Amino acid sequence: MATLPTTTSPTRTLLRLATAGSVDDGKSTLVGRLLYDSKSVLADQFDAVERVSRDRGLASADLALLTDGLRSEREQGITIDVAYRYFATAERSFILADCPGHVQYTRNTVTGASTADVIVLLVDARKGVQEQTRRHLAVASLLRVPHVVVVVNKIDLVDFDEATYDRVASEVLGVATSLGLTDVTTIPVSALDGDNVVEASARTPWYEGPSVLTFLETLAPAGEPHSEPLRFPVQLVIRPQAAAGDEHRDYRGYAGQIASGLVRPGDPVTVLPSGRTSTVAGIDTADGELDVAFAPQSVTLRLADDVDVSRGDLIVTSRSVPAVTQDVEGTIAWLADHRLAGRTKVLLKHGTRTVQAMVTEIKGRLDLDAARLEPADSLELNDIGHVTLRLASPIAAEEYLHARAGGSFLLVDGQDGTTLAAGMVGDALLATATV
Amino acid sequence: MRPAHVSETLTPNEKERMTVVDDAPGTAERPTYRLDQLAWLESEAIHIIREVAAEFERPVLLFSGGKDSVVMLHLATKAFWPAPVPFPVMHVDTGHNFPEVLAFRDATVERLGLRLVVASVQDYLDDGRLRERSDGTRNQLQTQPLLDGITDHKFDAVFGGGRRDEEKARAKERVFSLRDEFGQWDPRNQRPELWNLYNGRHRPGEHVRVFPLSNWTELDVWQYIAAEGIELPPLYYAHERDVFERDGMLVAVTEVSQPRPGESVERRLVRYRTVGDMSCTGAVESDAATVEDVVVEVAATRLTERGATRADDRASEAAMEDRKKEGYF
Repeated sequence: MATLPTTTSPTRTLLRLATAGSVDDGKSTLVGRLLYDSKSVLADQFDAVERVSRDRGLASADLALLTDGLRSEREQGITIDVAYRYFATAERSFILADCPGHVQYTRNTVTGASTADVIVLLVDARKGVQEQTRRHLAVASLLRVPHVVVVVNKIDLVDFDEATYDRVASEVLGVATSLGLTDVTTIPVSALDGDNVVEASARTPWYEGPSVLTFLETLAPAGEPHSEPLRFPVQLVIRPQAAAGDEHRDYRGYAGQIASGLVRPGDPVTVLPSGRTSTVAGIDTADGELDVAFAPQSVTLRLADDVDVSRGDLIVTSRSVPAVTQDVEGTIAWLADHRLAGRTKVLLKHGTRTVQAMVTEIKGRLDLDAARLEPADSLELNDIGHVTLRLASPIAAEEYLHARAGGSFLLVDGQDGTTLAAGMVGDALLATATV
Repeated sequence: MRPAHVSETLTPNEKERMTVVDDAPGTAERPTYRLDQLAWLESEAIHIIREVAAEFERPVLLFSGGKDSVVMLHLATKAFWPAPVPFPVMHVDTGHNFPEVLAFRDATVERLGLRLVVASVQDYLDDGRLRERSDGTRNQLQTQPLLDGITDHKFDAVFGGGRRDEEKARAKERVFSLRDEFGQWDPRNQRPELWNLYNGRHRPGEHVRVFPLSNWTELDVWQYIAAEGIELPPLYYAHERDVFERDGMLVAVTEVSQPRPGESVERRLVRYRTVGDMSCTGAVESDAATVEDVVVEVAATRLTERGATRADDRASEAAMEDRKKEGYF
């Protein structure tokens, strides 16, 4: 049984999850159930849900109402936008991005997946794999979400039948494997009744795996800083000059959040795109100097040499220096309402660097049902495509496949500032779509 | 999980918060470097604050002396150390502030050498631009002075202490939340926010509200206050006060909140979970006199902080959404 969070646990870690699945698969109900059964719903929130449920003539509290926050969502009974939820157990704290299931809101699933350690994908036990199941598995694969847990929901409506569960689970695993997903777990669940959500259910004696919450509590987070090369996008130069008094008058440090790897004083580093080299003289924080810092810590680096460094530069370990380029091939999820067609001028934001860019060619569009690239010369909202870009100045573009931070970028409309696309450097799409 | 190794150069406080964790005792050959929850949240918030300082021309930080804004300002001082905080702070003054909170605000501004901009609801009432509400409360009158303050000073980024765990509409708001030239929030037309790549581009006249504490819960805030030793206005801790009960809340007897016939005044041991307009912010009965006591109390509470203490948020299912659409915090 989940217990209330303890107040003195210095090594509690956070796990970020995103929900996915078709509309009506019961995502909001599952989330409501996780929150309620982990005792993360407080009395006044639950009272409000009970009151509204009663007003609507429902026999019991509709837990989905806990998460549908906007007026239009409650009116339409669907989730429109990503909602962020917070819950904690004795083991761990969770940040949950509750993503909508409607096709027209796929961009929100992409958003939720971009920061997720694990995707919780719901599948209706009666329906099996749907269009949105494929789409969301493809999103999980494209965005390299480290883990996927498939919740085969509404198992109560198929009389807790093991054979039905096995059939759905193997169908989902087949699709997942064809998309290149390797870490996929399936769990039979009734979100409505709570079977296998927090506690193991007595009604699925044939299932020996963990409940959803137990699975999430024990999942090893992906990515070990010491196994990745240092990448440190410079956010700004800290130069207090006279303002900080005599002690720091000549201080010059480079502030940023370590994107990957770890750093120690004395490490040889290279500044990109200039290629100038130096060594780390010190790692500063307001709490004092550190002898090691690692992703995703926000720190300020001092370098031994007076090299030219400014916002948008990338400080990397000299032991592994990525190439800089003005030509980028990438997979993009098109997020804007208007279509992308032909050569289009945009801004590209990569780390802390924003450069002018031109979409020079649309090479194809991902057919999610067939999981392959098809010819296309334009991209619509929610399309995922392969494009080439020419940049006005170089960036250290790394393959997203190997570097989630160094390989991700945004395309932004230079006129009105709209976020147009989420981009991933390299042929992640081709790697994904190899059947 | 258990601590495996603690760096010797860290301060005692840092040692506790940046413990290097061994994820798989007995199997891992070397320690795994992982931030604990508070260090992770702090790092994310500092990244957000620095992005704003780097990309915007004229940021401002909303500072009321309330705990969330105090934590946000504390994070800003850490983000730019050893340089000073490179932007001013703004307070939307309802004229119904607890005096000890105003005193705390002024002392903090003085200590950090900040510039304080005050947008005064009272000024608007005095010259007729706003009218007092029938219930006499002023939280909802803050929107116009806030928006005018942003326009008059040409602020293009406004840091707010809002958290997504506070309320259902806030749960859907981005870290960088674009507001149109009328200061309005359009929940149906929010920019997707991916990875940690924040898009702050906006057209002239528009501004961006930025919420560095988006991913913090009330308990995270209190644990952080305890870990960092952050000072707060004294009314966050248990003290004796003359209060009366109204709409199920304990309201303090002040010059702007007097008991009506039938409401009896009692002296009780209380503290505040939020501070705002003192005529409609409720106290909670509590004997939590220290920050450690409060952490324990918050961990065990069964009511949300807004449900427990804010009369204005109880008005309807979508009270906060409607106010945010008009330009509220």
